[in-house]
Parts: sequence; C-alpha cells; structure tokens
Amino acid sequence: MTDWKFTARQLVRNPLSLMGILIIVVFTIIAIFAPLIAPLPEGHRDAYMIPRDGYSAIPTPPSEEHVFGTTEGQYDIFYGVVWGTRSAFRVALVVIGITILVGIALGSLAGYFGGLLDDVIMRITDIFLAFPALILAMAIVAAIGPSLRSVMIALTAIWWPSYARLIRGDILQVREEDYIEASRGLGASSARVIIRHALPNAIYPTLIMASLDIGAVVLSAAALSFLGLGAPEGYADWGQLTSFARNWIVGPVSDPLKYWYAVTIPGLFILFFVLGWNLLGDAFRDIFDPRLARR
Amino acid sequence: MELRSYIIRRLLLLIPVLFGVTLFIFGITMMFSPIERVSLYVTSARQMSDIPALIETYGLDRPFFVQYGNWIGQVFSGNLGWSRVVGMPVWDAIWTFLPATLELAIFACPLIILLGIFLGTTAAAHKDRPLDHGTRVMAIVGWSLPTFWLGLVLIMIFYGYFRGVLPPSRLSIQMDMVVNSADFVRYTHINTIDAILNLNGPVLLDALRHLVLPVITLSVVNVAFIMRLMRSSMLEALGKGYILTARAKGLAERMVINKHARRNALIPVITVSGYVFAGLANGVVITETIFTYKGIGWWAWQSAVRLDIASVLGFALFNAVLFVLVNLVVDILYTRVDPRVRLGGAVQ
Repeated sequence: MTDWKFTARQLVRNPLSLMGILIIVVFTIIAIFAPLIAPLPEGHRDAYMIPRDGYSAIPTPPSEEHVFGTTEGQYDIFYGVVWGTRSAFRVALVVIGITILVGIALGSLAGYFGGLLDDVIMRITDIFLAFPALILAMAIVAAIGPSLRSVMIALTAIWWPSYARLIRGDILQVREEDYIEASRGLGASSARVIIRHALPNAIYPTLIMASLDIGAVVLSAAALSFLGLGAPEGYADWGQLTSFARNWIVGPVSDPLKYWYAVTIPGLFILFFVLGWNLLGDAFRDIFDPRLARR
Repeated sequence: MELRSYIIRRLLLLIPVLFGVTLFIFGITMMFSPIERVSLYVTSARQMSDIPALIETYGLDRPFFVQYGNWIGQVFSGNLGWSRVVGMPVWDAIWTFLPATLELAIFACPLIILLGIFLGTTAAAHKDRPLDHGTRVMAIVGWSLPTFWLGLVLIMIFYGYFRGVLPPSRLSIQMDMVVNSADFVRYTHINTIDAILNLNGPVLLDALRHLVLPVITLSVVNVAFIMRLMRSSMLEALGKGYILTARAKGLAERMVINKHARRNALIPVITVSGYVFAGLANGVVITETIFTYKGIGWWAWQSAVRLDIASVLGFALFNAVLFVLVNLVVDILYTRVDPRVRLGGAVQ
C-alpha cells in the first residue's frame, strides 16, 4: 500500500521518530533476551521475582556483581530493570489489547446501530470519563485489592471509553458509504457488514493510536506501582523499584548523592521507554493531522 | 438559542451523568461485605462500637436499590462516611486537606498557562527552525517524564545536594509552630495567603520555599501538554487568510503573531482547561505523596494504601463532581469567547 510506504518513509526521515523507533527496538530486544541478559540465579524459581543478595535495607553501590547496585532490601537493580522491561510490555499489551477489543465491540455496536443502544453505551462512557483517570484507577485498585492484575483491570477501565468513542465516530463516518449500502443490499448480516466492511475501513488510525498509547499505559501502571498499589513486593517492576528508593533519596551529609543509582536508574528506564513511544506518536500525529499536512 | 436556556439544558444533562457516577461508586462499594461497608455511613468514632446495630439501621443487608437510595440520601445530606486514616468524617477530611492542595494549584495554574502558551507560540513562530525543534523535544520529554521520579530527583538535587535549599513537606518545624500559635490567625489555611494577611515575612518565605519543587513537579506534564496544543493551534491560525492580509498590509511580524494569530489560537486552549484540571487532580496525588505535602492527594494516597474504602471513594466522587462542573464552566466560557459557536441552534 502506498499509504504505508509514505508513512514509513516519513517516519524514517524524521530524526526524532527514527530515535523513537531505535529506543523501542532496544527495549524489545531487552525484553526478548531478558533470560540471557540477566540470567536467573541458581535455585531461583520465579523469573519475575528479583533475586536478593541479603536483607539489609541500605542500598549498595554498583559493583562487578551488581552492575547497577542493589536497592532497599538488596534487590538487584540490573535484574529488576531488565525483567521489568518484560513486565512493562506485558502490562501494556494486555491493557491495550483488551481496551481495543472492548472499544471495537461497544464502539461499533453504538455507531452501527445508533438509537437507544448508542445512547446507553455513550452514557456509560460519560460516567467513566467523568473521573480524572488516575483517581478512578486508584479507587478501582483499592477496591479490588492491590495487585498487578488489579492495575491492569483498572487501566483497562479508564482507557476503553475513549476508544469506544473513537471507533463509534469512525463507524458513523463509513456507515453511510455506498459500499456498506451495497453489501447490505446483497443481504449481508449486520455482523458481517460490521466485521468485513465497516471496521476494516474505519480502524486503521485507531489501531495506530492504540499502539502508541503503550507508553502512556506503562507510565500510569508505573505510577500506581510506585504508589504501592501494584505488583507484590520484589516483583520486577520499574514503578516499584523507584518506590524502593523513596527512603534513600538523600544520602548522609558528607555525600548527599550517595544513593543516586537507586533513585535514578529505574526512573530512567521508564522515561526512555515512554519517550520512545511518544517520539513515534508525535511523528504519527503530524503525518495524520490533515490540518498540518506537509505534502 | 439563548445562553440561559443553554445553561439550563446543560445542567439538566448533568443529572444522568451524576446519577451514573454515584451508581458506579456505590456499585464498587457493594463488592464489600456489610461489615466493611459500615464505614460509609458513620460520622463519629463512637458509632463504630456497635456495628450490627449500624447494619440494621442503614439496612446494609437490604436489596441494592434500597441501599443505594439510603446511601445517596446520606451523600446529599453531606455524609460521605468515616475516614479511618485520619479519624474524622470524609467530608471534614476533604475540607481539612483541600486548602493545601489549593495552594499548589494557585501557583501551578498560572505557571502552566503562561509558560505553555509562551512556549507554544514561540515554537510555532519559529516553525522548523532550531528553536522549534528544541521546544518540541522539551515538550515530548516533559510529556514522557514519570512525575513521581521527577519529584524524587528534584528532592535529591535541591534538598540533598544543595543542603536543604528547597525542602519537602509544607512548612519547616519552626514555622509550623508559628502558624499554629495563637498569634497567627488562619484565615484560609492557605499558608502563603495567611502569611500575607498576618504580615508575617518568615512564614511566607518558608511556605514559598516549600512550594517550589511540588509546583514544578505538578506543572511539567501540563506545561508540555498546553505547549504542544498551543503550537499546533498557532500553526493553524498562522495559515489563515487574515494573517496573510495582516502581513500583506505590512504589519510587523510581532504584531501579526501576538495580536492576530495568538488571540485566535487561544480558543482551543481554553477548551482543554478541563483536561488540565484532570491532569492536576491526578498529579496532585503523586506530587503530594512524594513531597509528604499534606493535601487531599496525600490523604487519598494514604487511604488507598491502607484500603480505607470510604475515603478513597469519597475522594473519587468529589473529584468527579468537580470535574463535571469544570467541564460545564469551560463549555459556557467557550460560547462567550468564540462567537462562532452557536448554542446548538440552527445556523441562520
């Protein structure tokens, strides 16, 4: 498709989006090869639980054995950030995946059939959108009990309404097209018209936007984890690793930056991961925004 | 359509949304057992001693909608339940902690709006030149920053490395004693304003020193957001015919940008004030938690971590109502600012 080629060429030509792509590629490699980069120590069962080297609270600086040092509770920071990459991708893919499915299902029902069904679905999205997102997520997680699964449920709950609306709008746009009318005239069922004709013509921008929301999802998940509402203690998770450093922000008077590694390293991973997706997203927005078309 | 009838219609539309919001909040509480839900109805510590009687009084074992009716009645009479974390009614807790949060917002809002608009205009005026690329990269980085981590790093640098120049929390211990002494009248519980009204320089200075880092932490993401929006809005305005006219008649470029383009570019920015409110509400929880700055965000975090469900849901409900009202005000403002917007009536 020439459209695809055009988009791809624009992305590679723009240095910012090229950097975004590179960052994402690096993180993908880290996630895939996590067992090779940070191998599981002997006798350690769950790969997602960060191995500890003792139980002392005080972080220890980077050494040969612990490349990035250890944080509070002697959790190995290097192991944590490497496997944390996998956790980040997992949370993002699950949340975005379910969000898209729910959004497509409800959005296309509302857009295609209209009427009462449309009203009901849209009023439900109104209710969800009436809350500041993170506050709603926090309330949901607190209500169903803090865990990684709760975080994913809460994030899906705050994300789906905007997708349902987006897809509804797209379906509304294509609903009156001739080819929809034609397939209906040929006796196709509603389900067939939606799935085979309406959706494929409406969904392209939505899918791209969704994939670019990966950064935002990871950022929100990290925030909830940081607040102590996410993964269980010791789970490889960037937000939690950052929160371990909360008691060690400021070192002793003689060396105030003594624990810099515990504070900065996990946060830098979050920052770069999100930055990668946002750089790419920004470029996409320029390409897709017809008001700013540069052709 | 007249403005008045537009406002009335919008207010009527709020009813189903708020009904849905309360139903949703109540639905969440119904996942808990009656014993756990008692705290939603209690207004004093003494009542907690006889839980079975409370379950009986409020009919916590009755059908869903009966209970919903009970609960909404309580909410309307100002009873949001008992906040275990701070040992007072939720409603009182909100009013106790709100001034601190307002103080953050008072400083963050102007910063966000002015800086965001200024940077956005600058970027657009220098489109595709180094200044534009620079500000855009800044915005994308700011947009990607984990707020909680930024706060920690700021503390590490300005409290640690620079020996306590800009400390966390709201006031230093000495100034806290001054503020709570009998000579200091607390008009608003907003420290800076109270300090000015009491003509107390040291307290003012101390309060400001404590505000710098939280305000920065709270603002960064929103500045980036406004900046990005302002840039694209400016670019759109700069492409309009009246800009060409202004330039053609030989107007100075500064006049074109500041008078002709910016005014029109501001309109979309006004419409997103609602988003900025939501951004602040979300950000306040994280910011106040990091800086142990005791406002409603800090209280909400404490409640969430200690599973104080009445407080968390009371807080969520409070924010939802506020958010809905802010959006209403924004929509009304919009019709005033942009005469092209017709209030849902037919085009004449």
